Amino acid sequence: MTEPVLEVEGLVKHFPVRGLGAKGVVHAVDGVSFRIGRGELLGLVGESGSGKSTVANCVMRLVAPTAGAIRLNGTDITRLSRRALRPLRRSMHMVFQDPYSSLDPRMTCGQIVGEPLDVQGLARGRDLDVRVSQLFDRVGLRDELRFRYPHELSGGQRQRVGLARALAVSPELLVADEPVSALDVSVQASILNLLRDLQEELGFSCLFITHDLATVEYLCDRVAVMYLGQIVEVAPTRELFGNPKHPYTQSLLSAGVVPDPEVQRSRTRVVLEGDLPSPLEPPSGCRFRTRCPLEPRSAPQSHDEEPPLVDVGDGHLVACHLVRRGETPDLYRPLEVAR
Amino acid sequence: MSLLEVEDLSVRFDTDDGPVHAVDHLSLTLGESEVLGVVGESGCGKSVSFMSLLRLLPETATVNGTARFDGVDLLRASGSRLRQIRGRQIAFVFQEPMTSLNPAFKVGNQIGEVLRRHLGLSRADARARAIELLHLVRIPSPERRVDEYPHQLSGGMRQRVMIAMALACDPKILIADEPTTALDVTIQAGILDLMRDIRERLGTAIVLITHNLGVVADVADRVVVMYAGRKVEEAPVHELFARPQHPYTNGLLGAVPRPGAGRLREIPGRVPSLAELPRGCAFAPRCPRADEITRSNVPDLRSIGPQHLVACFHPGPDVEAVA
Repeated sequence: MTEPVLEVEGLVKHFPVRGLGAKGVVHAVDGVSFRIGRGELLGLVGESGSGKSTVANCVMRLVAPTAGAIRLNGTDITRLSRRALRPLRRSMHMVFQDPYSSLDPRMTCGQIVGEPLDVQGLARGRDLDVRVSQLFDRVGLRDELRFRYPHELSGGQRQRVGLARALAVSPELLVADEPVSALDVSVQASILNLLRDLQEELGFSCLFITHDLATVEYLCDRVAVMYLGQIVEVAPTRELFGNPKHPYTQSLLSAGVVPDPEVQRSRTRVVLEGDLPSPLEPPSGCRFRTRCPLEPRSAPQSHDEEPPLVDVGDGHLVACHLVRRGETPDLYRPLEVAR
Repeated sequence: MSLLEVEDLSVRFDTDDGPVHAVDHLSLTLGESEVLGVVGESGCGKSVSFMSLLRLLPETATVNGTARFDGVDLLRASGSRLRQIRGRQIAFVFQEPMTSLNPAFKVGNQIGEVLRRHLGLSRADARARAIELLHLVRIPSPERRVDEYPHQLSGGMRQRVMIAMALACDPKILIADEPTTALDVTIQAGILDLMRDIRERLGTAIVLITHNLGVVADVADRVVVMYAGRKVEEAPVHELFARPQHPYTNGLLGAVPRPGAGRLREIPGRVPSLAELPRGCAFAPRCPRADEITRSNVPDLRSIGPQHLVACFHPGPDVEAVA
């Protein structure tokens, strides 16, 4: 494998909590490792509270990691100063979830898209205008929208502005945190298609964060599933959806709804008991054990030992005691659909 | 015999920018123990329609039409008659469980309030019944949860509390507005199971307002698709997904990523502003089948098969989708 664009190793992010009688540490991310190859789209999937956005924010150095290492093109950026980081900001950019609050309301859309070029000193004056025009064209926005303010645009258009801004400096890595979840279904489709086209055209790598499995399956090359601050399974997309091994991944896949009554009503569904445990006090051993339907089979090992993420072949990594012992969790088997 | 019969419902808001027709001549029926899915994107009038039935809209709204329920026209019933129906026979579950629960009261008291007000139960009886209801919606250790405040519960549990509150008086109709939208998929699966269970065990009819076609495919018996304040298609669930007729329905189905399918289909343009609707069919500016007739005339709903209605001059499955 050629050198990865992004390498995250043992990433930990703890947020201390004080006040209101509570004291402790939120274990938002607890030892996450993954790599993204050149031109690869990695989907990071998880439910709310799994720590997926914190991973994105750490990678972008929007929050300082507690421990671990983040390497961008081989350069360790974990502890770089803001000044030292600035030239590297050209290599990575982010698209945020909320297209309303992530654009400065006092700037025109043209200024917003041109700002990274200006800050990085890549274009000035007439040249800048031309570049911004090209970017608007590339993301499918009419040129005259350059002179409009964000509030005059629809949600979908705003997200296109966010995408144009992120791609202005031709980054090697795009971090997209739930970029379509605030949009209507028909608008989502156009943004996802656009993202896919741009990726093919420009060849950037992408860390795509979402809770929506169907989107990941449509867009990504590889998928990592997070639960309570840790990655429980990673595999190439086709493998993960066709042959999920971790009980959590299986329940997640079984819970997703398919817009087809025949298929949807004949599916097996695993309904997880209870709620996500508090990240203030994550369970000992395997973090999923408190909700795992197969816990009786994995106990007591799952109570005492944290299962490591182990390669089971073909780049498929699973963190489960049962899988490690050679047993196959069989909560859910994907239907044989034409893949 | 239908439980609820809505006919020619129109809702107009008078705003500074002129009248906005949020709902335009909507007719629909809901049968006993039926689950009706109402689908559409934001601003299509799906929530407003049902809020108007219970007269939950602000003063600026003008509501016309009839809504017959149990021999009463809800839109003309007296305030006291309506209060007997609202919350007791027809109950509403809102989308955002955090803002629809009062943060200053224990959940048990909030459920209890409904029981004391509508059924005249004593404080002690109301509490006992609240525990039963929490148990019914499968909240673990209800005896403890009954004394907790909304912030102590997770999103999924809050939604269960909302459902428990709605079920408190054993209503005939439960109107659930995007009940799973703010929730994670594993929690959503639990809530959908609960809806199915409620219908089967209590025989409650359910109106499920959602933008998620997967949710509709999962639990609805019949589906109404809305666009820009109008009903554009209606059919039993299997029929709708197997033979969608309206280009908007076709578009929505093609826009959802699903295994094995190729590139997502886009619906060009955007949902029109209700203040400035086009003259003809509201979908015409985004429609691949639009022509002169569509652009200048509004299509009426017509029957195209058993229980299958569509408001389109050129109905049929998409050529692209069939290929």
